[in-house]
Amino acid sequence: MTFDALDTWWWPFVYILIAGWLATDSWRFLGVYLGGRLSSDSEILVLVRAVATALVAGVISSLVIAPSGPLAETALLLRVGAAAAGFASYILFGRRILVGIFVGEAVLVAGMLMS
Amino acid sequence: MPDSSPPETPVPHYRSLSAAGWYLHGVRTAISIPAVILASTFVGFAALAISAGMSVEHAVFMTGMIWALPGKVVLIGAINAGNGVLSAAFAVALSSMRLTPMVVALMPEMRTPRSRNWVLCLASHFVAVTAWVLAMEKMHVVPPERRTLWFIGLGSTLIFINMVVVALVYFLAADLPDVLSAALLLLTPLYFVTSLWGSARERAGHVAMVAGILLWPLVHLVLPEFSLLATGVLGGGLAYGYHRHVRVRGKAAT
Repeated sequence: MTFDALDTWWWPFVYILIAGWLATDSWRFLGVYLGGRLSSDSEILVLVRAVATALVAGVISSLVIAPSGPLAETALLLRVGAAAAGFASYILFGRRILVGIFVGEAVLVAGMLMS
Repeated sequence: MPDSSPPETPVPHYRSLSAAGWYLHGVRTAISIPAVILASTFVGFAALAISAGMSVEHAVFMTGMIWALPGKVVLIGAINAGNGVLSAAFAVALSSMRLTPMVVALMPEMRTPRSRNWVLCLASHFVAVTAWVLAMEKMHVVPPERRTLWFIGLGSTLIFINMVVVALVYFLAADLPDVLSAALLLLTPLYFVTSLWGSARERAGHVAMVAGILLWPLVHLVLPEFSLLATGVLGGGLAYGYHRHVRVRGKAAT
């Protein structure tokens, strides 16, 4: 059943509840359940964290390489360059998130204004 | 340990605050620089939702119900691709898996013998990168029996602010100039790439991140349907292999 499968006001909310809330909070509740039982530096959690981190990294990659909306109109090289510049300055200038965001945005905007 | 005074955040009324007082302390803790960055990424999320054709009530509802940003981005992608509710749930569940270890890491700090499970579950709903980082940083100033309430104050404030932000973007920014919209859409990956790197617990986290970023475009060419799952398993597996390798070598060296 797709998002607009039913022509009712409530179906999209049910869709979001099942595909969004249930799919997300199940993991949080599982964390509450396991929280008293697993040590946070246990070996299995290293693997779980690594898979989870790679997944979010995949999301980052997809947002830069295959974005939607007006960002999709920009050149791929500009987006990758902006993200790389932002990340590099985050690493180089004391791991400040604001610095990384500012430099990345500056490169993107400069690139868009010059083209 | 609970009596050692924290160096950076002075709390004059330590232990003498009422329950409501600690809740409000959590609310105040939410008003912070990371919250401003988070709010800007939600401006970016709202821009993404608008460009994907989502209506304002669905975007705000999603913000309250899912909260974590990657899950929402994946859900919008699935809706746009015309995926059924179960395959969308599967994709969102994969991207939200990372919340389990975050909650697990938080629980030992919040759980007391008198904690009720449903209250802890309610508190866990607010776990996402920003709330988690703030809690790990600031929770030690709160007496253990008040930490759940304090965290609910912190988390509910962050969610509420960003539900308002998403609604405001819909009403104010229907026709942003392209340069501004593009810049807003880049905020989310920039925020993720920096905060994820900073929150990695071990070197394997950094390996997983680099692997995931580089693997996704390749995997996407081969398995577009399962690109996130495959990226997570491959990149995570690689990072875990690295972790084992380093540990074995470390043991051999000592």
